[in-house]
Amino acid sequence: MATLVTLQNRLQFIESQYYYRNRFVDEYRKKEYEAAVKIQSWFRGCRVRAYIRYLNKMMTIIQKWWRGYMGRKQYRQMVKTAYLTMKMNFYNEMAVRIQKCWRSCKIQKYCFNYYYFKEYLRSISDTNQAIREALEEFVEMQGREKKKADREKEEKRKQHQARKTHYLLSTKQIPGVYNSPFRDPDPMEFELQKVRAFQMTSPVPRIQQTDYEDLSSWLACTSKRAFPRSDILPPINRKQCQGPFRDIAEVLQQRYKPLQPTLRVATSINAVKEAQEELKREEWKNRVNDNVFLPFSNYHKNEKYIPMIHLQPKYNGLSYGQKQFQAEDPEKWISNKNFQTVFPPFVLFDKYGKAYSRAGEIV
Amino acid sequence: MSQRQVLQVFEQYQKARTQFVQMVAELATRPQNIETLQNAGVMSLLRPLLLDVVPTIQQTAALALGRLANYNDDLAEAVVKGDILPQLVYSLAEQNRFYKKAAAFVLRAVGKHSPQLAQAIVDCGALDTLVICLEDFDPGVKEAAAWALGYIARHNGELSQAVVDAGAVPLLVLCIQEPEIALKRIAASALSDISKHSPELAQTVVDAGAIAHLAQMILNLDAKLKRQVLSALSQIAKHSVDLAEMVVEAEIFPVVLTCLKDKDEYVKKNASTLIREIAKHTPELSQLIVNAGGVAAVIDCIGSCKGNIRLPGIMMLGYVAAHSENLAMAVIISKGAPQLAVCLSEESEDHIKAAAAWALGQIGRHTPEHARAVAMTNALPILLSLYMAQDSSEDLQIKSKKAIKNILQKCTYLPALEPFLYDSPPNILKHVVGQFSKVLPHDSKARRLFVTSGGLKKVQELKAEPGSLLQEYINNINNCYPEEIVRYYSPGYSETLLQRVDSYQPLI
Repeated sequence: MATLVTLQNRLQFIESQYYYRNRFVDEYRKKEYEAAVKIQSWFRGCRVRAYIRYLNKMMTIIQKWWRGYMGRKQYRQMVKTAYLTMKMNFYNEMAVRIQKCWRSCKIQKYCFNYYYFKEYLRSISDTNQAIREALEEFVEMQGREKKKADREKEEKRKQHQARKTHYLLSTKQIPGVYNSPFRDPDPMEFELQKVRAFQMTSPVPRIQQTDYEDLSSWLACTSKRAFPRSDILPPINRKQCQGPFRDIAEVLQQRYKPLQPTLRVATSINAVKEAQEELKREEWKNRVNDNVFLPFSNYHKNEKYIPMIHLQPKYNGLSYGQKQFQAEDPEKWISNKNFQTVFPPFVLFDKYGKAYSRAGEIV
Repeated sequence: MSQRQVLQVFEQYQKARTQFVQMVAELATRPQNIETLQNAGVMSLLRPLLLDVVPTIQQTAALALGRLANYNDDLAEAVVKGDILPQLVYSLAEQNRFYKKAAAFVLRAVGKHSPQLAQAIVDCGALDTLVICLEDFDPGVKEAAAWALGYIARHNGELSQAVVDAGAVPLLVLCIQEPEIALKRIAASALSDISKHSPELAQTVVDAGAIAHLAQMILNLDAKLKRQVLSALSQIAKHSVDLAEMVVEAEIFPVVLTCLKDKDEYVKKNASTLIREIAKHTPELSQLIVNAGGVAAVIDCIGSCKGNIRLPGIMMLGYVAAHSENLAMAVIISKGAPQLAVCLSEESEDHIKAAAAWALGQIGRHTPEHARAVAMTNALPILLSLYMAQDSSEDLQIKSKKAIKNILQKCTYLPALEPFLYDSPPNILKHVVGQFSKVLPHDSKARRLFVTSGGLKKVQELKAEPGSLLQEYINNINNCYPEEIVRYYSPGYSETLLQRVDSYQPLI
């Protein structure tokens, strides 16, 4: 109980205590509250800041790593590029060096070859020299020809003049105008002496130069009319014919080459006969009298003709050269005459199509 | 009246007509009579006589008409207006060769004056009959017909085309091959007239095989024929590379070079024209001419003649030199540059000088070596004086300026450049100073010479706008020398020195 009493005694105290304490608490509640807020806020702030600081730190680490990574990456890239550029520069430099050498070599060899150029210039000046000389010579030749022609013309004129004034020639008795007795004779005087005067009589009848060709002359006939002559130029440009033909030039040459007859053909068939006739004609022309002169004496008058012994039929004559020893069958003959052989041997035609040379020989 | 008396009247009339026509033909040969004849109405009197019964009178009347029409284009027009042409054309086909000759003469005389008159002849259908006349046996008729055709074709391309369409070209080519020199001459001239207008016409002439025959006749002795042949070849060659090559293939070189030595001036001129027309096309053709020694021959030819005969040769050198530097070098070593310089100084006509200036410019524009060769011939001062001269033609001034510029831009031969510092206009001075500024930094001897000859002083006296090209060149030159020397030669240096004397305080 005592306890109770003590307790009860204390109650008062407790109440007051309670009161005070509550009052005290109430009194400081706000302050405490504010303080608590402050403390809390400070603490929380500290905590958040610490957290943020932590985050920042982490962030820095991340960034550091990331940036480091990127940086390294970039650096590697840069190094790579730099290496590449360096390499390329080097290559380019080397390429330039090679190209330089090669180009200079090429240019010096093919474009501006000094020795070639020198040679070229030398050859040009040589050509120029040659052509100048040739032209000079040509002009000189022309001049000479002209001078010669002029001189000839002058000579002719002088001669004509001299012939025209031939009457001025001095005679034995009277000296001419060009032949003064007090001076040396004029050159004209000698000119006059040299030439003949124009004839006052009717002019000498002209010998008619007929371009007559004996048609019986076979060679002349062929050469003038039958074959084209080589001095006509063959056609200038003809296309090659299609087919297995010979070259046109060759054919034309064959076609237009001058005729070269064999010796046998070159003389006509009846040359002997013609010559005899010609001789006869000549004789007839030169003969003064057609009547044959008879011998003056009568000594041979009654002489009898005695033929040779061989020709007499009773001795059978000469058989050699007149008689044929071959068997003959006159029934098979188509003509009574012998053939005349005038053409070249037929060996020629066996080799037909090959080139011929003169006189039918085969090359 | 007896029959004899009746006939006598006719005889008298015929005699009178003959005499009249002959007198008119005679009078028409003298130019002073023409006007009187025209006023007397000779045209209307001659016209009926063309249809006379007597052939002699017809021929003489045609001859008189031809002579009248030959005189001037009014009379030729009167012939056209008088409807005489159809009669002539009709009888050209029918009559004998003397009449044909006379009629072709009238056509030629009418056609030569103007394209209109020639067209009138073509409209009458004269071409066909003239072409038939080309097939005549008589060379005189052929000649007259070829002549008339040539005169018609001469005017313009259409008329030539008409002549070609009438089929004249193959016959003209046959005419060239005839033995008569006069006929050859005129046929060649007609071919030349036909081919001069266009490449197509020239091609037709070539297709007819004219070149081979023309080329054969270059060595002919007759100078007038040579003229025409060379002219025809050059008219063919001038159009295109192909045609020029065809002409060259006829192996005209080196034969044609002999023509450059001919006595006849026009042969020379036409030969150089031919070479020029060939050379102008391509470097290869030029090279061919150079290899044949053509350049030397042309240069000799230029040296041996005067005036207009030279002109094609001069132009030929220019064309050859313009193609490439090797060819220009060939011209130089053939001694072309001195010859051109001679032409430049001794010719009196502006167009020849202009051609020579142009050719020199073409030679000198390639490398310093070329420019040096040209400068050594002393041509530059002449060019400058031509450029500066008041009485030079505009063309000459432009050409010489261009030549000077071309040569100066390559020239490193300082002795030739030096005079230009003193007496040249600013637009040329610029190039001269530029050349000095390029050469001096590399040549110590030249630097010394430049100072002693007074060039540096002159350069300091030049007034250049700051920032201009000239100023830059001057600065380049100044940079080659020590500063004192540059200042020494600057204008007004002595005064600055004196000022320094004035302002100097003596030390004692």
